[in-house]
Amino acid sequence: MSTEVATIGLTHGASEDTGLGHRGPESKSIVVPYGFWLFVLSDMVLFSALFATYATLTNATDGGPTSNQLFDRNLVAIETLALLISSFTCGLAMIAAKRKNMAWTQIWLLVTGLLGAVFLFIELYEFATMVGEGAGPQRSAFLSAFFTLVGCHGAHVTAGLLWIGTMMAQLWAKGFREHIMRRLLCLSVFWHALDIIWVAIFTIVYLIGTLP
Amino acid sequence: MLGKLSWDAIPFHDPIPLITSLVVILAVLGIGIWVWRKGYWPALYHGYITSTDHKKIGIMYIVLALLMLVRGFADAIMMRLQQSLAIGASQGYLPPEHYNQIFSAHGTIMIFFVAMPFVIGFMNFVVPLQLGVRDVAFPTMNNVSFWLTASGALLINLSLFIGEFARTGWLAYPPLSELEFSPGVGVDYYLVALQISGVGTVLTAVNFVTTILKTRAPGMSYLRMPVFCWTSLAANLIILAAFPVLTVTLALLMLDRYMGFHFFTNDGGGNSMLYMNLIWVWGHPEVYILVLPAFGIYSEVAATFSGKPLFGYRSMVFATMVICIVSLMVWLHHFFTMGAGANINAIFGIASMIIGIPTGVKIYNWLFTMYGGRVRFTVPMYYLIGFMLTFVGGGLTGVLLAIPPVDFVVHNSLFLVAHFHHVIIGGVVFALMAGYTYWFPKAFGFTLDERLGKMIFWCWFIGFHLAFMPLYVLGLWGGTRRMQHISDPSWAPWLNVALLGAVIIGVGIVLTVVQLLYSIKTREQRLDVTGDPWDGRTLEWLTLSPPPHYNFAVLPDVHGEEAYWIRKQTAIKQDALIDEPDYQPIEMPIDTPTGVICAFFASLCGFAVIWHIWWLAILGLVGAFAVFVWYAWQDEHEHIIPVEEVRANARERRRIRMEHLHSLSQST
Repeated sequence: MSTEVATIGLTHGASEDTGLGHRGPESKSIVVPYGFWLFVLSDMVLFSALFATYATLTNATDGGPTSNQLFDRNLVAIETLALLISSFTCGLAMIAAKRKNMAWTQIWLLVTGLLGAVFLFIELYEFATMVGEGAGPQRSAFLSAFFTLVGCHGAHVTAGLLWIGTMMAQLWAKGFREHIMRRLLCLSVFWHALDIIWVAIFTIVYLIGTLP
Repeated sequence: MLGKLSWDAIPFHDPIPLITSLVVILAVLGIGIWVWRKGYWPALYHGYITSTDHKKIGIMYIVLALLMLVRGFADAIMMRLQQSLAIGASQGYLPPEHYNQIFSAHGTIMIFFVAMPFVIGFMNFVVPLQLGVRDVAFPTMNNVSFWLTASGALLINLSLFIGEFARTGWLAYPPLSELEFSPGVGVDYYLVALQISGVGTVLTAVNFVTTILKTRAPGMSYLRMPVFCWTSLAANLIILAAFPVLTVTLALLMLDRYMGFHFFTNDGGGNSMLYMNLIWVWGHPEVYILVLPAFGIYSEVAATFSGKPLFGYRSMVFATMVICIVSLMVWLHHFFTMGAGANINAIFGIASMIIGIPTGVKIYNWLFTMYGGRVRFTVPMYYLIGFMLTFVGGGLTGVLLAIPPVDFVVHNSLFLVAHFHHVIIGGVVFALMAGYTYWFPKAFGFTLDERLGKMIFWCWFIGFHLAFMPLYVLGLWGGTRRMQHISDPSWAPWLNVALLGAVIIGVGIVLTVVQLLYSIKTREQRLDVTGDPWDGRTLEWLTLSPPPHYNFAVLPDVHGEEAYWIRKQTAIKQDALIDEPDYQPIEMPIDTPTGVICAFFASLCGFAVIWHIWWLAILGLVGAFAVFVWYAWQDEHEHIIPVEEVRANARERRRIRMEHLHSLSQST
C-alpha cells in the first residue's frame, strides 16, 4: 500500500501529528498506543479496587494466620528481582526491534518471558505452600483478599506470557511491519504496567505486611 | 458432564415464563425464516452483523435497547399489576419467588440493556459524524463491544427459559446473594451476563475517549466540539474510571460463590458493607454515564429548534466536566444508614447537593437558549420542555434524599423508587426518545411521523407522572420498595393510579412501534432529501441521509463553533457552495465476523460457568483466544474506496445541496 493512500485514511490527518488532534485525525502510531494507554489506565483502576479491598480486609483474619506469619521476604525479593529485570530485558527487546534486529529481539523477548515464568513459578510455589499450611483463600477474608489481589496480578502476567509468545510467533512470520511494531509497543507498555503494580503490591502487601 | 444443568431447569410447571419463552423463541425463529425467505440474510450479515461502520453499530445498539425496553417494561407492568391485586386478603398472581426475579430483572435490564445500549448507540451513531470524521478510532473493537453487550443480554433472557434469574434486586447485595442464601443459578446468570457486557462497555469507553481526543476533523479544537461530544467524552471517562470497579465487585462475589472465598460472607471475616461501597463506587457514576449524554442530546435539540446557538456553551462544557468529576465522589449517599458517622455522611451529603449546581446551570442554559429564539415545537422540543418540567422535580427530591436525616426516614422506600424513576425517565428516557426522533432521519433518510410522535410524548409524560407521583406519597407513608404483598387496603387507590400510569406508558411504547411501521409505510411523504431536515447546526447534517459509509468525501474544515451552521450561512450569503475539493481515495475498515464469533464463545463460556460445565467453559476460552489470534494474524484490515466512486457520490451530494441552496435563497 502506498504511503500516499495511507496518509488520507481513516484516522490519518492531512498534517503531521500534534498529539492534540487539532489539525485533523492523528495517525495510527498515535491513536493505537493512546487507546492502549487508556485500557491500561482502566486496568489500574481495577487494581485500585482490589487494593482497597485488601486494605479493608487486611485485619479480618478470623482467628487465622496473619500476614506476619505467612510472608517470606526472601522469596518475594527473588520474585521482585525477576520481574524488575524482565522489565529491563523487555526494554532491550524494544531497542532491538527498533533497530530491526530479529535475533536479538527474539532473544530478549524470550528472556523476558522466561523471567516472567520464573516470577509466576515462585508465586505459585508461595500459593501452594500457603494452601498446604491451611492458609488458603477460604480460610479468612484477609486471605481471600490476598490471593485475589496477588493472583489477579499473576493472571495478568500469565496473559502477558501468552501475548509475548504470540508476538514472537507473529514477529517471526511477518517481520517488523508497522502494525507489528505498534503491538510490540503496546506489549511493552502492558509489561511495564504490571511491574508498577507489582511494586505497589510489594510495598503494601509484603513490606507493610511483614513489619514487626 | 452437564454440571448443574438438567431438565428441571426448564419451567414446565410455570406457565408465565414457559409461554413467554416459547413465544419469544417462535418469534425469533419466525423472523429468522422471514429474513431468509425474503433473501435479506446477506444484507443483514454484511450490512449490520459484521459491519465495522459506526452508524450501523449504533443502529444495532438502539435496536437491542428497544427490544430490551419491551422486556423490561413487561416486567414493570407485571409488578404494578401484582401490587394492585395483592392487597389485603388477596395474594395476587405472582408468588414471591417469581415476583423477586421480576423486580431484579426489571432493574438489571433497564439499566444495563436498555439505557446503556441506547446511550452508547447514540454515541456511536452521532459522535464521529459530529466530529467530522469517518469512523471511531477502533472500528473492529467497536463491533466486538456491541456483540459482547448483546451476549450479556442473551444470557439474561436465557434465564427466563433455562433456570431462573436472581431474586436479589438489581444490585445483588450480599449476604442475600451469597451461595448460602441464593443457592440457585439466578445470581450466577446476573454476574456472568454483567461481566461479559461490562467488558464490552469498557472497550467502548477506550474507543470513544480515543476517538474524541485524537481523531477530529481539522480545526475542530476542544472548544469547538458540539456539546453532545463533550458529554459523551465525560460519560466515557466515567466508564473508564467506574466500570473496572464493577468488574472487580462482581468478580469478588463470584469468587465467594464459586470458590468459597470470604469477601462478603457472614462468616470468615467477610464484610458485606464492602460490597455496598464497591458496587456504588460504580453505581453512582453509572447514573451520570446515562444522564450526561442525555444532557448532550437536549443541548443539540435546544439549539437546533430554537434557531440560535446554545446559550453559555463554555459554561455547559464546564458544568459537564464538573459533574464528571464530582459524580465519582458521592457514592456513599446510597447507604447513609451504614453507620459511617455524622461527619462522613455530611461530606457525602454536601457533595451530592453540589452536583445540583452544575445541573442547575445546564437547565438555565437550555431555558436561555429558548429565550428569544424562534422556537419550533417539534417532538424533540416537546421532550426537552417535558424534561425540564419533570427533571427539576426529580432533582429536588434528590437533594432532599441527600440530607442524611431525611434519608434515614425514607431509605429503601417507595419514595426512593419514585425519585430515581423521576430522574431516569424524566432525564434519560425523554432524551433517548428525543434523540431517536431527532437523528432517525439521518439514519434512514426519512423523518418519523410527527403526530404519532407527539402522542407518544404525552403517553410518556402523563403516564410517568401518574405512575410515580403516588409512589412518593406511599413512600412517605412508610411503603418500602419491592413488596410482593400490600397489607394496608387504604393504599389501593394510589397503587391503582400507578398501574394506570404504567398502562399509559405501555400505550406509548405500543405507539412507538406503530409510529415506526407507519413512518416506514408512508416514508415517501417525509423523505429527507437534503440531509438537513431540521435546519441543523452540527456536522452530522452536512452529509446526506443516510450518510455514505465514509461519512464525508473530504474531512470538513472547521472554522468555529457550530461548524456546519457557519458553513451553511456562508453558502447562503454567497449563494454558492465551497469550491470543489480534490477528492482522494478513502481507506476504510473491512467488515469482520470477529465480534460475532467472540460473542459466541463468550456466551458459550458464560453459560458453561453459570451451570458449572467446566469443560465447555475451557473450550469457550480457548475458542475466544483462537479467534483473537486469528484476527491478529490477518494482514488486510482496510480496503480502499476508489476515487471515482468518492467523486461521483460527492458530486451528487453537491448537486442536491445546490438545489437546496437555491430554494433557500429564493425563500429569503
